[in-house]
Amino acid sequence: MDSKRRDFLKIAGLTAIAGIAAPSAFNTLLKGEAIAAGGHGAAAPTGKRYGMVIDVKKFTENPGLAEQCISACHTIHNVPDFGNRKDEIKWLWIESYEHAFTTASQYKRPDALKDMPILTLCNHCDNPPCVRACPTKATFKKKDGIVGMDYHRCIGCRFCMAACPYGARSFNWRDPRGKDANGQPFIKSENPKYPARMRGVVEKCNFCTERLAIGQIPACVEVAAQTKAIVFGDINDPESEISQVLKTSFTIQRNPAIGTYPSLFYII
Amino acid sequence: MYGKGRIIPALIIFLGLMTSPIWYKSGEASKMPKPEKPKDYTECVAPTQEMRTSHMVLLNEWRDDILREGGARTGKTPNGTEYIRSLQNGCMQCHSDKKKFCDACHNYTSVKPYCWDCHLQPKEAM
Repeated sequence: MDSKRRDFLKIAGLTAIAGIAAPSAFNTLLKGEAIAAGGHGAAAPTGKRYGMVIDVKKFTENPGLAEQCISACHTIHNVPDFGNRKDEIKWLWIESYEHAFTTASQYKRPDALKDMPILTLCNHCDNPPCVRACPTKATFKKKDGIVGMDYHRCIGCRFCMAACPYGARSFNWRDPRGKDANGQPFIKSENPKYPARMRGVVEKCNFCTERLAIGQIPACVEVAAQTKAIVFGDINDPESEISQVLKTSFTIQRNPAIGTYPSLFYII
Repeated sequence: MYGKGRIIPALIIFLGLMTSPIWYKSGEASKMPKPEKPKDYTECVAPTQEMRTSHMVLLNEWRDDILREGGARTGKTPNGTEYIRSLQNGCMQCHSDKKKFCDACHNYTSVKPYCWDCHLQPKEAM
């Protein structure tokens, strides 16, 4: 009887220790996994990853070019113009230097930088915060590196807008297919090949994925083709034009320190 | 029965009123919708019965495959005709009149899909 009680107490003690130790051991293992998945390790070099190099100097040399790019983009994608900044929908837009590169020092910068039209769009990050924030998987990362959106699934919660550090997402506060007070439609000329959006969804640049699929280059790149102000291509392919530009020119990215790995590079 | 002189006629009037929608539509109920098929094309992307019952599933599959997986934008019918896997640029190329095709059945079955909240209808039908 005595020895049996001893055995029971031993087993009970060991079980208690195991019960206390197991969760903490499990947590340690899980933590290791989380670091491996979302840490600041080197971005995977394999697979296609579309990227863009924007030469800001070329846009300064060709005044109006940036506006032409925006107009081409917004016409092709049926982006509405609500006529005020509050409701503005932008896939591609002009930003000032100090707003585009908030982390760069503005101290003793040449005055010319102030007036430079910096063309900005979705960075199609390799580690996109918007994708992580989206509760419905309406926005997602594709195999070719493009951060895409499925407007059917968007519930308009705007978590992605809060998550995007670049302000690349716009919310449709009003019906984009509607008309303004003067009876003018918000979408000036509809492109019958591409859908519009509805009220209550978020939208953004899609890197012209629908044009790439049929062998065309993005609309803004096409407009700027003559000046070579925008170079587009696969940044993981060492032979591509964009890789050559990236190898030979000094480029900067918007807010690289936060670990989003933008696919957009700027030559200032 | 107490008060049957009032109860029985009242019951008959009540039943008549309750079933009035059936009497009112009695002649039209058997009319099936006849969606207008395109004249220049003889085959669709799938057999008629399959399209009739699961075209919405097919559209969802196309959408998810193209948007998320980077799937093919074109497909081929069993007879080898190439088509675009798209509602706006594919389906509506042949079925160019939404009112005479889509709406014929959707109105009959009281289905209100939200396709056209975003997608643009072919111009001539608007």
